[in-house]
Amino acid sequence: MTTVYVAGFEREEDLRAAVKAAKNSRWPVLEAYTPYPVHGLSEDLGLHPSQLGKACFVFGILGVVLAVVLQYWVTTTNWPLNIGGQPWNSLPAFLPVTFEMMVLFAGLGLVATWLMRCRLYPGSRSWSPRRGETDDRFVLVLGQPVAVTDAAEFRGHLRDSLATTLEELEC
Amino acid sequence: MATATMSRMPPLIAGNKNPGQVTAEICRPLERGATGLWWMAFIPAVALLSIGVAAVVYLFITGIGVWGLNRSVGWAFDITNFVFWVGIGHAGTLISAILFLFRQKWRTSVNRAAEAMTIFAVMCAGLFPVIHMGRPWLFYWFIPYPNERGPLWVNFRSPLLWDFFAIGTYLTISIVFWYVGLLPDLATLRDRMRGRWYGRLIGFFSLGWNGAARTWHRYELVYLLLAGLATPLVVSVHSVVSTDFAVAQMPGWHTTIFPPYFVAGAIFSGLAMVLTLMLIARKAMHLQDYITHRHINAITKLIVATSCLVGLAYATEFFTAFYSGDVRESFAFQNRLLGPLWWGFAIMVACNVVIPQLLWFGGIRRSLFVVFLISLCINVGMWFERFVIIVGALERDFLPSTWSDYTPTTVEIATFAGSFGLFFTCFLLFCRLLPVIAMAEVKAVLQPSLKGGERS
Repeated sequence: MTTVYVAGFEREEDLRAAVKAAKNSRWPVLEAYTPYPVHGLSEDLGLHPSQLGKACFVFGILGVVLAVVLQYWVTTTNWPLNIGGQPWNSLPAFLPVTFEMMVLFAGLGLVATWLMRCRLYPGSRSWSPRRGETDDRFVLVLGQPVAVTDAAEFRGHLRDSLATTLEELEC
Repeated sequence: MATATMSRMPPLIAGNKNPGQVTAEICRPLERGATGLWWMAFIPAVALLSIGVAAVVYLFITGIGVWGLNRSVGWAFDITNFVFWVGIGHAGTLISAILFLFRQKWRTSVNRAAEAMTIFAVMCAGLFPVIHMGRPWLFYWFIPYPNERGPLWVNFRSPLLWDFFAIGTYLTISIVFWYVGLLPDLATLRDRMRGRWYGRLIGFFSLGWNGAARTWHRYELVYLLLAGLATPLVVSVHSVVSTDFAVAQMPGWHTTIFPPYFVAGAIFSGLAMVLTLMLIARKAMHLQDYITHRHINAITKLIVATSCLVGLAYATEFFTAFYSGDVRESFAFQNRLLGPLWWGFAIMVACNVVIPQLLWFGGIRRSLFVVFLISLCINVGMWFERFVIIVGALERDFLPSTWSDYTPTTVEIATFAGSFGLFFTCFLLFCRLLPVIAMAEVKAVLQPSLKGGERS
């Protein structure tokens, strides 16, 4: 059982200010929950740029390779049919299917990787603060403070000026 | 200068709303029973769908002979409807992907409904080639898989197969794109409807979304990448559809202008359908604060632009036909202007090129009733465009001995009506079951003073 501190805010700027204040007070920020993507919050939290673009690229390449290999093998090796005197390997005519397969693989692969990375799956019961963060509240979840003196000061600061609610939860 | 212009513009969302109000107002129609107005629309839609189902069952039992096709005109109502519906499906991706890449914030109020419209329109489109197959239960033969028929593979050089891949990919990616954008709103619904069976169902599909900053951080990249993938995809889909015609040797079809011409026409018709539906939804669901005159104004301006592109394509086709000196090509266009389908051509030019020019005038753009009528005209005109291109060319091909006229049968008209029934049934169910406006996206574009904090 660990204790976490859940602070609720009404405005995104209060949340961002609290994140900055928590960092200054060396109070670990576990996660922030918001009803919409708040610009600049990722930088405040120090999140690294996502690597999902690379996954998308790899899946796209996989789609291209599969499409080209399949079409080449089918039309030259497995079942060569003379269609209008065209060459067995009609690469330009294979482009549309190759393109579509690239988009299909890149799109599906990207979303599947993202869902797995964020642990989003049907029936998932991932922890959420349930403090209106899918409606209009901004919620900050903080861990155990490192330096108690700084934390006390920060908690006072949070309570006085920024947060509308501040609770301690055992989880 | 740009900032000064922006500050004079009315806010995107009227009524000085805060995020909580947005949630409450968008979720309200889903949390109470269906209104009488909804039933008044839903019952005729289901009736139309039933007519379509009856027509298709009759077709399956009897055969393609129940359609008015003949030896020369092998494609008519079915493929016209197919291209018409695919075209309508293009606006959703334009609004959700292309306008997203251009950072057009007004898209947030209409993207959810436009994407839903895309999915339903592509479903309607897919119906027609399948029922035209004669043996639609063997539809899966389109999929290239190792089989015991030889192995007999599909012909990868055929535009009809490209179509299968293009439409299949488009439908899949559109559904995925729509679902990804829907996840935050499903979580909102889940949290509001706790304890109700529908809330639990939605909770299952919300995949445990909790609005965590890390998830949003990756979500934004996923959305951007999907938009980047969907943008060339949407251009490729109607380009591929146009090659169904352009690769054939038929005069009037065999032209290189077809891909851009079809893409412009598709976006044009799709925007008109978005406008038709959004003007109805705005009124019926009291969304005046979310779909404001600013949104309608932006869509009508896009319509004027695409109308001019379509008009330019019509003119270029005629010019090329006469300038080429090709007798058959020239004849095809003389026939389009003066032949048996001259009235169809007149409707298409009037509805697609002449009437939309009225939207240059600000007064007309502000009159929603007139805009609604113009959007209906464009829907009609774009259907006739495809009909004139497809049937007009096939009725009068190379040899006068193969010329023949085409008249649609009742079964074909009933099937077409049925596709509208399917489209509206799906759309009305969507309006009842899911938030028609992307709440999370709208909350992000509210005025800074209302949602707290200046946006960077």
